[in-house]
Parts: sequence; C-alpha cells; structure tokens
Amino acid sequence: MKIPDSTKVSPRRWSLDIWDVLIRLSLLILSLACLLPFLHVVAKSLSDDAYVIAQKVFLFPKGFTLEAYSKIFADASIIKSLYVSVIVTVLFTIIGMIVTICAAYPLSRPQLKGRTVITFLFVFTLYFGGGIIPDYLLVNSLGMLDTIWSLILPLSFSAFNLLILRSSIASSIPVSLEESARIDGAGHFRILISIVLPLSKPILATLSLFYAVGRWNAYQDALFYIKHNIDLRPLQLKLYYLVVQASESFQLEATSVQLSNPEVLKASVVVFATLPIICVYPFIQKYFVQGVMLGSVKG
Amino acid sequence: MRAAARADATVASLHLKKEKKGGFYFLRRDWQLYALLLIPLTFVLIFKYAPMSGLMLAFKDYKVARGFWGSEWVGFEVFQQLFAKSDFGRAVRNTLMLNTLDLMFSFTMPIVLALLLNEIKGVVFKRVNQTLLYLPHFLSWVIIGAIAYQLLGEGSGMINNVIEQLGGNRIPFLQNDTNWLFSYIAIGVWQSMGWGTIIYLAAISGINPELYEAATVDGAGRLRKMWNVTLPSIRVTIVTLLILSLGHVMGGSFERVFALANKATTEYTTTIPVLVYRWGIEGGNFSRATALGLFQAIIGLILVLLADRIAKKLGEDGLI
Repeated sequence: MKIPDSTKVSPRRWSLDIWDVLIRLSLLILSLACLLPFLHVVAKSLSDDAYVIAQKVFLFPKGFTLEAYSKIFADASIIKSLYVSVIVTVLFTIIGMIVTICAAYPLSRPQLKGRTVITFLFVFTLYFGGGIIPDYLLVNSLGMLDTIWSLILPLSFSAFNLLILRSSIASSIPVSLEESARIDGAGHFRILISIVLPLSKPILATLSLFYAVGRWNAYQDALFYIKHNIDLRPLQLKLYYLVVQASESFQLEATSVQLSNPEVLKASVVVFATLPIICVYPFIQKYFVQGVMLGSVKG
Repeated sequence: MRAAARADATVASLHLKKEKKGGFYFLRRDWQLYALLLIPLTFVLIFKYAPMSGLMLAFKDYKVARGFWGSEWVGFEVFQQLFAKSDFGRAVRNTLMLNTLDLMFSFTMPIVLALLLNEIKGVVFKRVNQTLLYLPHFLSWVIIGAIAYQLLGEGSGMINNVIEQLGGNRIPFLQNDTNWLFSYIAIGVWQSMGWGTIIYLAAISGINPELYEAATVDGAGRLRKMWNVTLPSIRVTIVTLLILSLGHVMGGSFERVFALANKATTEYTTTIPVLVYRWGIEGGNFSRATALGLFQAIIGLILVLLADRIAKKLGEDGLI
C-alpha cells in the first residue's frame, strides 16, 4: 500500500509551505485572469451560433466550426485593413528607426558642439506639445488627411526611444574606439554603418519592436485622420467600428446575413486581430523587458 | 617675472588656438554628425514644434472661411467661455478622478505582484506566470475593449451568463455609470499589473542576499522578510515611480477611455482628451478645443516639473 505524500511531511515543514501554496495559488488565479478572457473569446469564435445564442459557451468551443473565420477572410474590407496595418507598421518602423539613429549617434558623441541644446530641443517634446487640435490642423494643412502618411510621419520621431538608444550607444561605443577608427581614416558615416550599428543590434531590435507594436496597436490617430477614405482604415480602427462601436456591419453575402450571429463574428474578428501579436509575443517579450530596464535608466 | 610673462604668452596663444577652433572648426570636423542631425531635426520642427504655433488658436476666434492667420484675436475670451462650460468642469473632475483611482490601484498592484513573484523559487512556474501576466500589456485598447464587452456585457457577456446560471441577476458592468468606473479601473489594473512588476523585480534582484540571511538568523519568517527587507530595499524605486505618476494625474489615455465608453455611460467617460476630440474634430469648434488642450498641457507640464523638483529634493535622480 502506498502512503500519500502529504502524511510524510513534518509539521514544521508544512507550516512553511502554507505560504508557498497561498502565494502560488494567488499568482495562478491572477495569471488565469489574464488568459481566460482571451480563451473565452477564442472558444466563442470557434463555436456554432446556436450554442452562443443559448449562452452555453464558456472556455471550450461547442459545435466546433470555422464558419466565422471563413466569413472574415471573405470580407474584403477586413483583409484590406490588415493590409493597411502591415504596410503602415513596416514603413513606420523603418522611418522611425532611421530618424532615431540619425539623432542618437551624433548626440552620443561627447565632442559634438551644441549637444545640450539639441538634446533639449528633442527632449522638450516629451513634456509639451501642440496637442490634438494643432496636430490635426497640421496634418490637414500638409494635405495628409486620409492618407497613410498621417499615420506614419507625425509619430515617427520618439524622444523616449532616442534617449534609450543614445545612452546605449554612448556606453557601448567608447570614444577611444571611435577615435582609432578616425585615425584610420573613417568618417562618421563609415563609423556609424560599420561599427556603431553592428555593435548595437540588440538595442536596435528592441526599439524596432517598440515602434512596431506601438504602431500596430494604436488607433487614436487613425480615428482622427482617416475619416472619409474607408479603405485606409488600419485593422485596429476597423475593429473599433465593427466591434466596440458596432456602427458598421460585416460585409456578408446577402444569404448569410440572417443566419449569422454577430457575437460569433465579433469574437472571431477579435481573435483575428490579436493573433499576429500573440504569435510574435513569446519571441519579443524578452526584448521588451530589456527595453523597460533601459528606459528606466535616466537618459 | 620673465617666466610669468612666458606663461602669459602661452596662455594667450592657447586662447588664440581656442578661438581658432571656434565657429567653423567644429562644423568642419563634425559636419557629418550635423548632417545626420538634420533629418530628426526636420521631423521635430515640422511635427512637434510647428503645431505649437497652432496653440494661437486658443486666443483667436477661428473661422474656417478666414483661415488660421485671418481669424480675429480675442485674447482670453475663448478661455472665459471654456471655463463657463459645465462639460469643462466635468472633464477636469473625471480626468483627475480616473487618474487618482488608477494611482491607488494600478500603481500598488504591481508592487504586491512583484513581492509575490519574488517568493517563487521554481523557474518554470515563475516564467509561465510572468508570460501570462505580461500578455495584456501587448493587446491594443480596442481589443481589450472588445474582450471586455464580450465578458462583461449585460446582454450576452460570459460573466453575466455565469451569474445567471448560478441564480443571480445580470449586472450592467459597463452600462451603468458607477459600475463603469469600477470596470474601467479593474481593466486598467488587469492590463498593467504584470508589466509594472518588471522594474520592481529588477530592483529586488539587486538586494544584497546577506540581508535575507541576517534576517533568517534573527528568526524572521517569510512575511517579516518581505515587510522588513524587500519593501524597504525597493522604497527608492517605489517613491520615484510614484512621484513620476503624480506628475501625470492631469494626463490620460484617450484610447483607453474611448474603447471602453458607450452611449449609456457618459457621466465619467467625458475626460479632457475625449472632450477635445468631441468639440474639435467632431464639432469643428477648433478654438475652444485648442484652449482646453492647452489648459491640460500647461497644468500637466507644471505637475511634471513639480514632481521632478520633489524627486530631486528627496535625493532621487529626477527625470529631466
């Protein structure tokens, strides 16, 4: 006969473990609180309409079907939004990184004259700005309303990312290394491309992810700037109109309209919009954590 | 005497050299660095500084027909009208209230969570927990809003389905003003609690292990060590972050409020950025909306500077 493990534990050890159990339990509950809402939406998106209407779907799909997803992939406007989001995110990340690198490398060189003034010019934008309306009027007067450039250019300079990259370059590229390269005849452009950038790969990856995820998730500026050209709505804005405000209906073929329950469609479009993030999340999490640590160090 | 004169001459020649180095010397030596800087400077001047001139609208009676420059100067008239609006008082109250509640709950929860995570010795359990707890931070507010309605909606939300099946009545978590306030704060805690632990965990990992050993020798239990060793050791981090967030009580996320708002709950969802959007972009009253935005920006700037001053007084690094 096998004796249950718990009876073997001495009383002293057990009293120590009760805290351990409590802590693990509360952590488990909180972690599940982060996971289960999403799991429920996934379950709903894979379920048959009838079960959802009867409110029988909780954490596992009932009457498994991919019907809602096939409808989403048939909805040209959603696919178009995904396409806009991808293009905007890629262009935004590339331009944002170029602008940030061009600012961070010169400002990381102690011999640069006027460094303090120029840094102040950049950092001041963290604390004060024109605000929503002046930004809107600027985008309007540049003729960028209802174009993808309104989602790319205004936000592509981030003083916060500049500070992170500047202090990273300053600490990883010593002046002596730069000077010896200069003695060998290399100019600053050459030093930047052949020495600084290759040595800063990890931080460049982190900042690119900051830019990309930030752009992918934002919808405020799209809400302001993309009003009439519906085809240019990025995915998050499309999602806002479809699900949160529910002012827009899914573009379905006439026959399926009566059959479909918007709840299932809503759930599946939420999953559809979240999947790209969920897929890359395990890989990018590490970089983000490093970025937070760097950002907390004073620039 | 002669030596002194020679020294003077050397100093003079040094000065001369320095003067020669001034002006174009640095430009010639580092022209590539300045050329690189032109790109970000252009971006900042166009997209950050040019809009600041748009703040003039707050002191003008903006008429589309007359344009930005042609509109009449009216001094502080726009502000006088703004302060008289009942929506203005409500928006200020809501902004302060939502941020203060956030400070009470969203600020403290990561500290508690970091203390709990720190007690876990098993690497795998900790890693899995952290991965799950960080997840909401990566979701957009639209998605969080959508999930919130799927869960908390009165008509078909899952939690209400469970409540009903357990024999209770459906609760309008998001469709009633007071409940909305609680849901808004709870969702904020949910979104940020895991992510907020990162800085605290980093601070905790820097604590000298000898402190814990000494505490163990003195007979301190787990809670005792948490309270008397861990918490005091991360006090600096907590105080710094607290002061920084105090500087932002006049700020506020447009996206979060907007994604969670609905037509049934307008009492607490009118915050300053939402009102700026309604008045300006939806309503076309650019002058009043700009004035409101400027009001918020100035108070926000003062608060941030104050917070920085306090942080420096307390011997912290400050942020500027």
